[in-house]
Amino acid sequence: MRGELLATRGRVIAIAAVLAFAIVSPLFVDEFSVLVLNQCLIWGILALSLDLMLGYTGMASLGHAAYFGTGAYATAIMSATYGASFGEAFVVAIIAAAVVTAICALVALRASDVYFLMITFALAMLIWGLAYRWDSMTGGENGIAGIDRPLFMEDTITYYYFTLIVAAGVFLFFSVLVHSCFGKTMVGIRESESRMRALGYNVWLHKFIIYMISGLFSGLAGFLWVYYNSYVAPTDVELVTSFNALLMVSLGGPGTLAGPLLGSTIFVILDNSVNMFTERSLTVVGCIYIVVVLFAPEGIMGFIKQLRTKAQEANNG
Amino acid sequence: MTDNGPMLKVEDIHTYYGDSYVLQGLSLEIAEGQVMAVLGRNGMGKTTLIRSIIGFTKPRTGKVTFDGADITALQPHEIVKLGVALVPQGRRIFPSLTVMENLLLGEKEGAADGGEESWDTDRVLALFPRLKERLRNMGNQLSGGEQQMLAFARSLMTNPKMLLLDEPTEGLAPLLVRAMGETLSKLKESKLAILLVEQNMKFALASCDYVHVLNRGRVVHSSTPDELAANEEIKSRFLGV
Repeated sequence: MRGELLATRGRVIAIAAVLAFAIVSPLFVDEFSVLVLNQCLIWGILALSLDLMLGYTGMASLGHAAYFGTGAYATAIMSATYGASFGEAFVVAIIAAAVVTAICALVALRASDVYFLMITFALAMLIWGLAYRWDSMTGGENGIAGIDRPLFMEDTITYYYFTLIVAAGVFLFFSVLVHSCFGKTMVGIRESESRMRALGYNVWLHKFIIYMISGLFSGLAGFLWVYYNSYVAPTDVELVTSFNALLMVSLGGPGTLAGPLLGSTIFVILDNSVNMFTERSLTVVGCIYIVVVLFAPEGIMGFIKQLRTKAQEANNG
Repeated sequence: MTDNGPMLKVEDIHTYYGDSYVLQGLSLEIAEGQVMAVLGRNGMGKTTLIRSIIGFTKPRTGKVTFDGADITALQPHEIVKLGVALVPQGRRIFPSLTVMENLLLGEKEGAADGGEESWDTDRVLALFPRLKERLRNMGNQLSGGEQQMLAFARSLMTNPKMLLLDEPTEGLAPLLVRAMGETLSKLKESKLAILLVEQNMKFALASCDYVHVLNRGRVVHSSTPDELAANEEIKSRFLGV
């Protein structure tokens, strides 16, 4: 009991410290660093949404670029082509992400395990194909540029704070979700679908709902990304984006809330710093992935948890 | 017995795993408050019978009726909602959830009568007091016996009218097997219908009202437990005793 209280207090202190750092740091660093921090937050939202499926429910998806990209393209098309406002673009982006996620979920949920992974990948490639080939709507290979943020968040720091508020809200929502009864059913499904069926759960429906939540928040990340970047291109929807999200979750620790945020932070900082020295940043990131899988298969948070358990066991005798 | 007949009626079911013909025309009936044991050696179709009833492996032909409703084509979660609960073989709990979370996952305003007779955490913990001390422990921190109790308790939380028990004594110490027998006696008093699939003949015969012996997917003997206990031929031919 005392251990649990201490762990909860530790968690609260850690969250407060990270939040304080996120609030204060932009005031003391240069603009480039604020941009990097903003990237960490946006990719963090994408990684969190993937973790809901991968870490909590055991559904490995290699297609999250599709929902991220749908949110991004819908925002860009509404904003740049139709001159929609920030709010209007948001509504359309979320609806578009919901529609695409629902269609993909209906197809992908017919399979499981590696077949599920391959179907999510194939569906994402279809969305990439649309982005790449549907020139009149998506701008093809050139993408869509000139997406301006509203005047009140035009400068880098204000938009960073806007993203921070959204990311904090997403974190809070996910925290409530995974600790709710529904969250426990997610873990139950991850551990045994048949056991959950034997308890009277409609596993397919639960997985569909989880898929939808995950896709919607990926679309939200795409929406934020477009206003961050002022530009969207097929590269945002390609396999590498899906893979990067998977890597962030695996790196930080699947099945935890802090893991995807930690993973996205490490990934973005590494990606930006390695890019300064070499064009082969993907090779470096790939090597890191191999090292993590070999030595910390449950990610950094899993590794920390293991150390903590060992220390507790040593203390207990 | 319900108003219109038996609680569960299995009529001439034929179940396959791919090309493998497992249940070859099996029929049985269970009444309310009855404990029915199904005995047989390994591979004779005992678990397949349970899987056919709960809907995991649907029979190709034949019919399963529960409480008057045809459940042959229903999905497992629909069958559970009607009031059938499964305690699976091998103590299948959720290892990374606490005991309390495991119990709450089963919680349902069930098909069984509500009010004082319905199962909630207090009532299942009164039946399995050992779990009360372990509520905050993770599933994987429990002993084999405690895991079996948890699987049992969790299925009761669905408030069933009928329990399917798939080899509940498998791997349990003799003391725990005795405790399991006492639990079954208490459950009988609450009018639950129980289908007990077992290899432990002594335990099954001590707990049941009626027994079927399976061989190669067919019922080859049906009697009261006393009659089977006295029938050396059946025991030696089909149960290896």
